[in-house]
Amino acid sequence: MLGRNISKACRSAATRKYASQKSLFSTFNRLQYASAPEESRPPFTNAMGFPAQRYSSEPGTFGKTTFTEAMDEVDMTWGRDDDPKHVEKQNTKIRHFTINFGPQHPAAHGVLRLILELHGEEIVRSDPHVGLLHRGTEKLIESKTYMQALPYFDRLDYVSMMTNELVFALAVEKLLNVEVPLRGKYVRTLFGEITRVLNHCMSVLSHAMDVGALTPFLWGFEEREKLMEFYERVSGARLHSAYVRPGGVSQDLPVGLLDDIYMWATQFGDRIDETEELLTDNRIWQARTKDVGVVTAEDALNYGLSGVMLRGSGIPYDIRKAQPYDAYELVDFDIPVGVNGDCYDRYLIRMSEFRQSLRIIEQCINDMPAGPVKVEDYKIAPPPRSLMKEDMEALIHHFLLFTKGFAVPQGETYTAIEAPKGEMAVYVVSDGSERPYRCKIRAPGFAHLGAFDHISRGNLLADAVAIIGTMDLVFGEVDR
Amino acid sequence: MFKITQRSLQRQFSTSSVSFKPAVAATNAGYFTTGGSTTSVWPKGFRVPQPKTWEESSESALSKATKFFFLNEVARGMYICLEMYFRNPYTIYYPFEKGPISPRFRGEHALRRYPSGEERCIACKLCEAICPAQAITIEAEERIDGSRRTYKYDIDMTKCIYCGYCQESCPVDAIVESPNVEYTTETREELLYNKEKLLDNGDKWEQELQYCLDADAPYR
Repeated sequence: MLGRNISKACRSAATRKYASQKSLFSTFNRLQYASAPEESRPPFTNAMGFPAQRYSSEPGTFGKTTFTEAMDEVDMTWGRDDDPKHVEKQNTKIRHFTINFGPQHPAAHGVLRLILELHGEEIVRSDPHVGLLHRGTEKLIESKTYMQALPYFDRLDYVSMMTNELVFALAVEKLLNVEVPLRGKYVRTLFGEITRVLNHCMSVLSHAMDVGALTPFLWGFEEREKLMEFYERVSGARLHSAYVRPGGVSQDLPVGLLDDIYMWATQFGDRIDETEELLTDNRIWQARTKDVGVVTAEDALNYGLSGVMLRGSGIPYDIRKAQPYDAYELVDFDIPVGVNGDCYDRYLIRMSEFRQSLRIIEQCINDMPAGPVKVEDYKIAPPPRSLMKEDMEALIHHFLLFTKGFAVPQGETYTAIEAPKGEMAVYVVSDGSERPYRCKIRAPGFAHLGAFDHISRGNLLADAVAIIGTMDLVFGEVDR
Repeated sequence: MFKITQRSLQRQFSTSSVSFKPAVAATNAGYFTTGGSTTSVWPKGFRVPQPKTWEESSESALSKATKFFFLNEVARGMYICLEMYFRNPYTIYYPFEKGPISPRFRGEHALRRYPSGEERCIACKLCEAICPAQAITIEAEERIDGSRRTYKYDIDMTKCIYCGYCQESCPVDAIVESPNVEYTTETREELLYNKEKLLDNGDKWEQELQYCLDADAPYR
């Protein structure tokens, strides 16, 4: 706040005073500028004529604190290091220390490579390098049928698989203009929330692990193991389930699964309590997360943050409430919202979302209606096997679906859901064929990482780890 | 102390004592409240509570100082760790104990045969068509007896993404994904499965595959 006022004041002063010197850079090259005597130099401005941004609020502590200023000095002395006048000066100049964080750093959550520019221990600039896990999913999908494209979504954000599938399935359903049966919606909601618990187990507790608390991470993995068993029972795979399909879900829930999920849900509250007991009040945890990575509500909106990163800053926005999909309008839950926008608030929100997810899971189990789990249109969803083996028409549908796929009417849609990490969305353009013309994936982590430079500025090096943790980055979705 | 042998039953009960919970947690019973912490008890408006400043908080300085110097919250955390220490471990001794899997499990591929010994696959190439990773290659020709069968059925297991579309698509239940996951190899070439290997897998796992298909038949 203070810094913003200062910079605004400086800017207006500078525009008034040095508006005439706006063409400074064209007439005056850098070397001339640096070699000019101190008093005759015009103030250092950027190309817009504004004074260069200063990273430290105390002026004059280190002489030239602006990175550009310091660099300029270094350039000058490098050019004439044999000049005895400059040798002494050369040795006194401070240049920012640049370190390379990742891609093999255990706290980089995969393959994040950060170039951090440090002023002492303070981060003055950070430059995230992404793309080390780029697989070209969007382009690949253009050559796959809608059904074949689905497993690619599992592999985007590989800690919240079913919500990724869900967003694609919802987009295709919107284009096809089909309505999923109620049971299908409830199953999706139930597993969406299980996915949220899975994801938050990973994100909160690996955040804690990066900050120094290893123990709850291991407890969290026990819960993740149980949840992945549910995944496995319903879809056949523990991670890459390919379960949520356009038109519903691939198979009905096996008998007894709801009972077991209920039994799990009865005990999971205690597991959250235990984790909270260890972390929430702990002074080390608070010291590492409070007032670290503060995002103002304005910045959160401007940078396109979503999910917990947005709610942590005090904006009560959740797509499950704003634009309910599936059965979210039929269940009752609350949206936790933060106040300070720091890592600690976001931690509290995630812990609270665990409890809200439990609440939704319990309601889904209790209200689970009978009926089909996918649309009974054999042009979209494959017919049951018994029918396929007896009925010729069903067999034809089966063959057509698995070879040609289903054609989606011409159109385009931007469909967003509240994935555990934030607003996960796809923009699907259909040209009326069986394959999408274009499929743009909007991954929440990518927007979060885009704001990393802004958020981390002024924090300490050790806080970079806490900020990465709180952003909940998974590189499968950032790099796509 | 009574002994509960079933691990899953035991884990439902909180072993943390009620006396450890702060008094404020009990007053706020509108929804799921947190276990121990006063900061994480959420108010009705569902915003993170503003931390109380020194003049707002009713807690005495003595109490705060005691909590600070006696590392109150650290001790409570350590107590939870101690509780965990006395619980049954959740880990299993993997090669000897294995985690449960369901009939839907998607593991190593296998080609099945009819009880007569005739191979099921009729080379309809649905699996080849649907495979998102294009891991399956099939070539077929007519046999002397007039039936259509494959002479080449290759799966590149290094490409396969185990989505299960092949077994979903197969109209004769020929290609299936078996419950087996223990097929690691030392060389990459061994993972390029041909028809012999797949049929061999089918023969080896036929009993389990049949169990799985029967168990899952009502849902498919």
